[in-house]
Amino acid sequence: MSTSTVSTTINGDAVQFACPTDESLLDAIRNRVGLTGVKEGCGTGDCGACSITMDGRLVCSCLVLGVEANGRAIETVEGMADGDQLHPLQEKFIEHAALQCGICTPGFLIAARVLLERNPDPTEKEIRYALAGNLCRCTGYDKIVRAVQAAAKEMRKASKKRTRK
Amino acid sequence: MRQDTKFTNQNFRVIGSRVNRPDGMDKVTGRARYGADYDAPGQLVGLFLRSPHAHARIVSMDISRAEKLAGVKAIITADDLPDLTNGNREMLDILENSMARGRALYDGHAVAAVAASDVKTARKALKLIKVEYEQLPHVTDVDEAMQPDAPVIHDWIFTQGVNPTPKKPSNVCNRTEMGHGDVDAGFARAAHIIEKSYKTEQTHQGYIEPHACVASMGPDGSGELWVTTQGHFAYRNVCAELLGLDIAKLKVTSSEIGGGFGGKTHVWAEPIALALSRKANRPVKVVMTRDEVFRATGPASSTSIDVKIGVTKKGRIIAASAELRYADGAFPGPWAILGAMTSFACYDLKNVKTVGYDVICNRPKVAAYRAPSAPMAAFAIESTVDLAAAAVGMDAVDFRIKNAAKKGTLSSYGVTYGPIGIGPTLDAAKNHPHMKAKLKKNQGRGMACGFWFNFGGQTCSTINIAADGTVNLSVGTIDVGGSRASLSLIAAEELGIPYEHVKASVADTASLGHNDMTDGSRGTFSSGMATIVAARRAIEVMKERAAAMWDIPVDKVDWKDGHAVAKGKKNSKLAPLSLKEIAENSPNTGGPIAGHNEFVADGAGVSFASHLCDVEVDPETGATRIVRYTVIQDAGKAIHPDYVEGQFQGGAAQGIGWALNEEYIYGEDGRLQNPGFLDYRIPVCSDLPFIDTQILEIPNPDHPYGVRGVGETSIVPPLAAIGNAISNAVGLRMTHVPMSPPRILAALEAGE
Repeated sequence: MSTSTVSTTINGDAVQFACPTDESLLDAIRNRVGLTGVKEGCGTGDCGACSITMDGRLVCSCLVLGVEANGRAIETVEGMADGDQLHPLQEKFIEHAALQCGICTPGFLIAARVLLERNPDPTEKEIRYALAGNLCRCTGYDKIVRAVQAAAKEMRKASKKRTRK
Repeated sequence: MRQDTKFTNQNFRVIGSRVNRPDGMDKVTGRARYGADYDAPGQLVGLFLRSPHAHARIVSMDISRAEKLAGVKAIITADDLPDLTNGNREMLDILENSMARGRALYDGHAVAAVAASDVKTARKALKLIKVEYEQLPHVTDVDEAMQPDAPVIHDWIFTQGVNPTPKKPSNVCNRTEMGHGDVDAGFARAAHIIEKSYKTEQTHQGYIEPHACVASMGPDGSGELWVTTQGHFAYRNVCAELLGLDIAKLKVTSSEIGGGFGGKTHVWAEPIALALSRKANRPVKVVMTRDEVFRATGPASSTSIDVKIGVTKKGRIIAASAELRYADGAFPGPWAILGAMTSFACYDLKNVKTVGYDVICNRPKVAAYRAPSAPMAAFAIESTVDLAAAAVGMDAVDFRIKNAAKKGTLSSYGVTYGPIGIGPTLDAAKNHPHMKAKLKKNQGRGMACGFWFNFGGQTCSTINIAADGTVNLSVGTIDVGGSRASLSLIAAEELGIPYEHVKASVADTASLGHNDMTDGSRGTFSSGMATIVAARRAIEVMKERAAAMWDIPVDKVDWKDGHAVAKGKKNSKLAPLSLKEIAENSPNTGGPIAGHNEFVADGAGVSFASHLCDVEVDPETGATRIVRYTVIQDAGKAIHPDYVEGQFQGGAAQGIGWALNEEYIYGEDGRLQNPGFLDYRIPVCSDLPFIDTQILEIPNPDHPYGVRGVGETSIVPPLAAIGNAISNAVGLRMTHVPMSPPRILAALEAGE
């Protein structure tokens, strides 16, 4: 299997890595770029722990090849906070105890951010369906849904303030 | 020095508050390091070759071509793993489960392992290992495995617990009998007798993080292991014994753990990873695939259970019995024993008898899964209890209230209860608004009760006071669901300082005395108790230091709200000294200040729960939707209510998955057909409603704060609560779990 050089953007930073053409983007991000916030729970696109965005689109990085990242913009959990300012979803996940073991948390945060970018005021049902591709075995999802609701509310408030200004 | 750990009903300052967890920041930013998130310089990749057969003799294994492949640094087979267990069959079972010894006993059983410079080379090497198998007859069903003509899997198993011990080996490794009174006499006096048989399929703990470790050891017998585990001390002891190492020379560091639920209380790949590393003299990283996790680790027992309950006209259970058959997988376990013990633990019974059979079959070695063995027994018993209530025309809750165990009840497993929570959870259920909610077409409401023992065990915690008065709390129980937050609260409470001044860590095995695993809902109970004692000892030291600073006798020093206070008129002008001031002066008053505690935490209070559940059954598809769910459980004392609720909700969700969808499906060939999350379907977010919780606090008399373990009981009632709800929705008594759409549809069609 041949090796390819990939030039991509990860969390706003230009990144280059060489990887075999059959290597998953998940493995490339974890093992070559060193961002281990992206987790592998299944390797078959069933658990969502490896969720990232590629050009703003939510994908399971285990189902994407590393070479496909060439020329794309990748976002992972490591890029969610703005310096020392957590993203509201990150804040609310802590405040609402929306994580127990936390292995699924990076994937949930990315999936929830994509949801709220598209739909700032989702219903409970919309949240539940938007997050149905992410498995959590600890929480029963209750506090995760509540955290997303709380973050959505806070983000709507903040965006109202911004538009008023 | 034994400190008093009796309940004292003290007033709390920070206990019970909903503070942010200390590991939250790392976990929402991707910084937290789990099993697979660690690398050692020069590490190799370890991979396993696994049996494709349910039961097969390994006629020959040729590793010569794999060994010659460039980049392969070590290959381990059973030949590299001499039996060092000194006749301890349980330990040998663990070794044999890690690596087949002449026979593969289930689909997925490891037969060889390779360490190579990269994953591609390791994969190639696995393909070059030639194994010649002779397939042997197999059996995967628990009832079939008990038949006289079943293939006998181990010739060394002669049923224990029967007199005389059989002369012929069989798959029944153990018979257990529990109970008291005279069930035959009881049944003879019953107005109604309900008898029913049930089956439950095998489930997996389904933690999202696969097993992972980095093993590093040299030929000198010293080594390190980074691993995702519920018990790093236990892993150390087991690995050391299996590999002939000195325990103290193996340092085990626990990573953050991505879920365990009992499944990470047992070793699988870890001894082999260490063996590979020792042989290659290089670090070796092993990360299981999901397929391996399903085929070779975890699962809970599949079961087959008969229940018989006799009731009087007035609705009192006069006799109750059950026979419980639990599949242990390829090696013996205590699983039917636990089923037999927990079966009727919720009830006050004069005549009760349970008989459990532990049965070997060609499935993975069963591991603990959250209140292990109790959910299946509760499904059978609580379904039958509903039938018994109906037979006497009583409401299901009232019937249970009438028969509930209470303080002084001789339990079905032999202990006499102290103050317990089954009655209060039932009263709360009866009065809960959930009970009055209107039901729609095809909807039904069900309820069920659950019990779990809770464990204590060996525990050791250390408190170190830093020079600025902040505090390191080192514990040895793995934090699986927020215990660092609850234990920090406890340390802050005792020391009288803010929660934010405490930093709790899980210490590695070289830094703290032995701690038993985080199992049996013991993390916050045991380490919490050890932390209380350690903090009180640190306070004793600080009182001595304050006495030195004041130059007064130590018996004139009290501790109040985080301050040393001088007693007596003579000392009335001495202003209280804060913990911070004492810490700052510690270099001059005797050096570092610490408090330790090592003990066996006794007195884990038993735990009870009552669950309410509304379901809607789709008669077209047989699919069941959970409309509403309420968990009511006794926590003794909720240290951090968010994480107590989290345990209630998480256990309920796992129980819901077990009830409705999850099952190991084996083909005729004895191979697992659904080793992945697509076909082994755990509940997703859109499957569930919000899960309401009600925390009751009936103090455990044997814990200073009244704490009971809260982690496990919540998985016990859901199977039965949902079965009862389905029965009330569509008039079907489901006796086979999971109550999946095809099974419900078949039952609906059979009913028509």
